[in-house]
Amino acid sequence: MTSTWAVEAANLGRAFDEAWAIRDLDLRIPAGQRVLLLGPNGSGKTTLLRLLATLLRPTSGSLRLCGFDPLRQGNEVRGRIGLMGHRPLLYESLTAEENLGFYSRMYEVPSPEARSTALLRLVGLEDRAHLRVRALSRGQQQRLALARALLHDPPLLLLDEPDTGLDEEGLAVLGRVLSEEGRTVVMATHQAERGLAWADRVLVLRGGRLSEDRLLRPESAMSRSGAVASEATP
Amino acid sequence: MTTMALRAGKQTWALVAKDLLVEWRSKEVFSAMVLYVAVVLVIYNFAFEFRRDTVAVLAPGVLWSAVIFAGLLGLGRTFAAEQDQGTLDALLLCPVDRGLIFVGKLLASLLFMLLVQAITVPVFVTLFDVRLSLPALVPLVVLGSLGFAVLGTLFAAMATHTRAREMLLPLLLLPLVVPVVIAGVRGTQVLISGEGSLAVWLNLLAGFDLIFLGVVYALFEYVLEG
Repeated sequence: MTSTWAVEAANLGRAFDEAWAIRDLDLRIPAGQRVLLLGPNGSGKTTLLRLLATLLRPTSGSLRLCGFDPLRQGNEVRGRIGLMGHRPLLYESLTAEENLGFYSRMYEVPSPEARSTALLRLVGLEDRAHLRVRALSRGQQQRLALARALLHDPPLLLLDEPDTGLDEEGLAVLGRVLSEEGRTVVMATHQAERGLAWADRVLVLRGGRLSEDRLLRPESAMSRSGAVASEATP
Repeated sequence: MTTMALRAGKQTWALVAKDLLVEWRSKEVFSAMVLYVAVVLVIYNFAFEFRRDTVAVLAPGVLWSAVIFAGLLGLGRTFAAEQDQGTLDALLLCPVDRGLIFVGKLLASLLFMLLVQAITVPVFVTLFDVRLSLPALVPLVVLGSLGFAVLGTLFAAMATHTRAREMLLPLLLLPLVVPVVIAGVRGTQVLISGEGSLAVWLNLLAGFDLIFLGVVYALFEYVLEG
């Protein structure tokens, strides 16, 4: 099943102890678009990404991801999502290779060994494959986290401040991944300049609400699919 | 149907194998459990003067209290270690049913408990000089540990999202596993004294395990998701 829209959120909200982290969010992201998510600390960026990653249930509104309802079709959605956060989400006592091997089995990746090897090469860690994660530097761990997020070749890639701790080599790899055509990317970062270099669209969150929605590249996937972005009411 | 079962089996085994490998490398939980059990058995052995006529009444309580509290140590780390490393999020991102995550964690915890008991029981028999049929003890220990691990896995997952998880787990778990402890203790008394029916206690444990396996499997999705 393919969908024109990678993300369709209507009146989406998420509250923690009656405090709304995301409120009344209407958002549609066409497949293939690269979206930069900006906003001050506490504006709801991480909550929105966790909602999109199915790690949080919405308190209100509706959400569809890659054409599926995450509440009822969770596995279909999760198989299409890759998440890289500022924590690497890796087992420290397992080697780089064992981590990718474990997640390959969980995602049922075809030819898991070949895929792991290819990704370790992509992130420049093929000579560190047999090292335990705790023996890797912070930058190398983040590169391995990127490999983990890409393992099942997800059409929707969610990045929550991925450049935190990422070394120069890792940033170069991330840049190459982000410039690949066809994958929908939603990235939250404080490094706005770097993000603007590849983004098709910028969303700005303030107080859990969408305060700005700006299309940067009209020739991007969004315009190809016929969607229109406009400046939202602050 | 067969394909789905095969797929579920492979993913569950991947979870169990991962937990075993992580524990084999760190030995964080297993060594703490074994040390705890050894200390408890030695202390009780010196603290009480067991006689031939009292050992059948008192010793089973010592064995099962050691088993239960050592199990608590292990279960407390089941999800806490995942939470601390952030890998719980990565597990929840995987396209697998939450029930499979429960089964994988349950099997890993059960294996740790049974391994600890494989060391505990011979030490118990030697220190307390009890005569019992070890093959007859196996189903009692396996069913008792399973019941404890089923509820323990559920509450360990629930406690993960709370600040006082170390305190919350025993508070939630211990009152509910009283039937397991009673059946374990009384069954062991039957084995040591040779009086009474073991089948009654085995049936109680089997019933408890079946009911809570079903309930926890169905509830686990709601426990894990935020």
